[in-house]
Amino acid sequence: MANIISDETIEYVGILAKLELDGQEKEQAKKDMGEMLDYIDQLNELDTSGVEPMSHVFPVNNVFREDEVTNGDGRDATLENAPERKEDAFVVPKTI
Amino acid sequence: MSLMSLTAVALGKKIKAGEVSVTEAVQAALDAAAAKEEKVNGFVTVDGERALERAEKVQEGIRKGVYDSPLAGVPVAVKDNMCTRGLLTTCSSKILGNFVPTYTAEAVANLERAGAVVMGKTNMDEFAMGSTTETSAYGATRNPWNGEHVPGGSSGGSCAAVAAEECSYALGSDTGGSIRQPSSFCGVTGLKPTYGTVSRYGLIAYGSSLDQIGPVAKDVTDCATILEAIASHDAKDSTSVERKDYDFAAALSEDVRGMKIGIPRDYLGEGLDGEVRDSIMAAAKVLEEKGALVEEFDLSLVEYAIPAYYVIACAEASSNLARFDGVKYGYRTTDYEGLHNMYKKSRSEGFGPEAKRRIMLGSFVLSSGYYDAYYLKALRTKALIKQAFDKAFSQYDLILGPAAPTTAPRLGESLSDPIKMYLGDIYTVSVNLAGLPGISLPCGLDSKGLPIGLQLIGDCFQEKKIIRAAYAFEQTREYQHSPLA
Amino acid sequence: MRQYETVIGLEVHVELATKTKIFCGCSTEFGGEPNSHTCPVCTGMPGSLPVLNKQVVEYAIAVGLATNCTITQNCKFDRKNYFYPDNPQNYQISQLYLPICRDGGIEIALENGEKKTIGIHEIHMEEDAGKLIHDEWGENSMVDFNRSGVPLIEIVSEPDMRSGEEVVAYLDKLRMIIQYLGASDCKLQEGSMRADVNLSVREVGAEEFGTRTEMKNLNSFKAIQRAIEAERERQIDLIESGEKVVQETRRWDDNKEYSYAMRSKEDAQDYRYFPEPDLVPVVISDQWLQEIRDRQPELRAEKLERYKSEFKIPDYDAGIITAHKKLADIFEETTAICHLPKKVSNWLMGETMRLLKEHEMEAEELSFSPENLAKLILLVEDRAINNSVAKEVFEKIFGENADPERYVEEHGLKTVADDGALRATIEKIVSENPQSVEDYRNGKKKAIGFLVGQTMKATQGKADPGMVNQILAELLQ
Repeated sequence: MANIISDETIEYVGILAKLELDGQEKEQAKKDMGEMLDYIDQLNELDTSGVEPMSHVFPVNNVFREDEVTNGDGRDATLENAPERKEDAFVVPKTI
Repeated sequence: MSLMSLTAVALGKKIKAGEVSVTEAVQAALDAAAAKEEKVNGFVTVDGERALERAEKVQEGIRKGVYDSPLAGVPVAVKDNMCTRGLLTTCSSKILGNFVPTYTAEAVANLERAGAVVMGKTNMDEFAMGSTTETSAYGATRNPWNGEHVPGGSSGGSCAAVAAEECSYALGSDTGGSIRQPSSFCGVTGLKPTYGTVSRYGLIAYGSSLDQIGPVAKDVTDCATILEAIASHDAKDSTSVERKDYDFAAALSEDVRGMKIGIPRDYLGEGLDGEVRDSIMAAAKVLEEKGALVEEFDLSLVEYAIPAYYVIACAEASSNLARFDGVKYGYRTTDYEGLHNMYKKSRSEGFGPEAKRRIMLGSFVLSSGYYDAYYLKALRTKALIKQAFDKAFSQYDLILGPAAPTTAPRLGESLSDPIKMYLGDIYTVSVNLAGLPGISLPCGLDSKGLPIGLQLIGDCFQEKKIIRAAYAFEQTREYQHSPLA
Repeated sequence: MRQYETVIGLEVHVELATKTKIFCGCSTEFGGEPNSHTCPVCTGMPGSLPVLNKQVVEYAIAVGLATNCTITQNCKFDRKNYFYPDNPQNYQISQLYLPICRDGGIEIALENGEKKTIGIHEIHMEEDAGKLIHDEWGENSMVDFNRSGVPLIEIVSEPDMRSGEEVVAYLDKLRMIIQYLGASDCKLQEGSMRADVNLSVREVGAEEFGTRTEMKNLNSFKAIQRAIEAERERQIDLIESGEKVVQETRRWDDNKEYSYAMRSKEDAQDYRYFPEPDLVPVVISDQWLQEIRDRQPELRAEKLERYKSEFKIPDYDAGIITAHKKLADIFEETTAICHLPKKVSNWLMGETMRLLKEHEMEAEELSFSPENLAKLILLVEDRAINNSVAKEVFEKIFGENADPERYVEEHGLKTVADDGALRATIEKIVSENPQSVEDYRNGKKKAIGFLVGQTMKATQGKADPGMVNQILAELLQ
């Protein structure tokens, strides 16, 4: 296996992705990610020099809205699924 | 015989003619689901009360002439990653286990404007990540042809529900083959339109640059009719394309004379099951006999589509799924200390293993130091794949091949080896990378009695060519109902 | 002792003056109940998609043109990924790879009269975050998404500034340009203009930059200056004591005049930018660019010249008035009503400036209407009130936008213009003060001042001084 995923990498990706893996999951994740990256590395066989990265398939551009208010009071809908709310706001653990 | 054995268009005709009431049609679907769900598990949610209430309104609308679509009054099942106002929408994930959207996806709204009755939400791989519908948090869906086998995925619930005749038709979504592959495994017809044809507004995103909603039905006529109803230029979706040819059903003709069809040699090599190969080649022969010019050619780059696809889809998914954090909706862990612990626990408990695997991979390939090597490399590969298709379509009207290398694998066989599972997408993912339309339709059964799917791929915006060829092929055979039908 | 040079670059966030948010049709209006200005898009509901507000692009281009930037005619949006509760999608739609404007610069004037150009590295468009309200005693914070999705431009300068003075001059100039364009009201206190300071120090003469820190939470020009001074000292102290400056983000506490590092194990600062797949590129044609250029409002330099030629006001006056868009607006509107440009200019440069200083206010905060100032000027012009009354009335206009006509009426401040009544009063005063009359007649012309004063006292200041002088002169002949 060419790609060896370290504990630190899994820890780091966990911070980025906000995922916390237990011991067994972590070992599995290291193995899976290493194998996937090995597999993905076959892209390196391909000469892509001079090729523009393509994010959109079609040359569609300039899709705009006019600056007009179209939405009314969205409070009820916005808060309908809130796991925890206080009056008209979402509640989260203290951020400072 | 149940009303559910009819095609959607046939049932729509009976409703229009007054031979069948909307309530009878909807009740037939609900009865079928009640009887078969134990064996199929194609649905996450069936809401009979809501559907029957809606049935009465639609009946009234038909009487008043509000609804005159061929699909008015016909019961439909919607994949559980499309938002439906007031109806639970879970993406088959625990993290959205209690999520009731406050708005309806544009594609579903379009169907409702045509008088469709949504009877429930179908099971899927969690967040459409998977090829078997086994990664659902609500249990695996089983293949109606053989309960020991998977229905494919990720739209496995939609395809199984259609094959088991629990609904008249269904909506699925296709990011890397998620309509075409399960359609193939379940012996039904599924169409993935050109990117931008059906609005993604309200479709809970997996890979935004690849996702498209499309129909799953018993035949090509249904698919064309449903596509006509769901396709629209939507100002709410910036990637929605304005087209002039929304009359897809107009392409339903047998004529394939002079059509040039190419079969990529690269699709017929190692990994392709012999029985599937024979069946596909026989189908090609049929089209040739009907006047099409069929030949083999080299498409190239086929083996690079899957790695490029997984980099792009997982990168987008890692960002798209960041919003599920226990703050605004969905699952929040009960026991936590501080904000970041709340995030981590909610997400770790809320997502299943496959979703976590892809979020981790996607976060990694975008992280500092790897972006160029993985993400940009994948986008460059995508550009080359698009060029290869452009070249092919300068010579051929359509590309013909299998939808999947094998028929449906047994339950539990795929998840143990993710890469092997990913390889099952080899004939489908490049279509998503290039934004092309593709269809899968039944072309036979293997010796185990499992369906084989024929895939036809068109150039961008060439759905009508696909529909023509698929329809012509379909005319040569009878629709085979699954044993559970 | 070693000499150090401070190297400063700014990241300035400006909230654009659009009616709606950058990616949805929700209002950007300030205030409102929490979460009332929200929809599925600006709260990150599953399945929602962004659609770009065209006005945002036009404002960004306008600012770019006015700051001498090159406009990126094929620009794109990217996602910046990080988790925070005020960021509903846990990614912010911004621009990293192809920002809309690049390579500009503006000239600032320093107190010693020198001019200096501060380079602008880029300007990009992005969405604002929501607001967190902290429950002081509880364990929770509350999230309000009303500000989520309000359009911002971020103006990133080159590290061209060397002092707090230059920073303030740069911000002042930037603010003036943007206000002139109408692209934002740029209020620091209300947060519609926010500046993050990137600062490093190096020994004078050194070529390499030192390690920089980024300072956030600067809510006024004064706070910016204090933070720059404190951070400069902190970094020099570190270097002098042989320690290293750590590249980090710090938060300024203006009450304590102290900053602290915003470090956290959970904050990797790896934003995993990638092209936003839900938005298509913005292609800005030459024609579109020209249309915006043609619509570009008059900026300060042009206004200054026009004021001198059209209104014949002195260079000095024009300079002060055009330094603030708000003053210039009041000047033009008031002049359009009363047609007395020099008088308007005098009121703005004199009493208005005096009261602004007295109340520690910014010109942007002026709230009186040009109509009322014009009425006041006309009252003086018609001699209906005298100057000292006018000043008193102006304070009421300045403070509460009082209608001068009504105020003068209600408080009986009208000049005693009735010739007969005034004459009678003066005659009485003359007869009561024979000593002063005699002094005057004996050549002590100053004695008339006492008589004028007595007259003003008797009329409670309402007499027209010119007329008093005239009548007195007649009576004393």
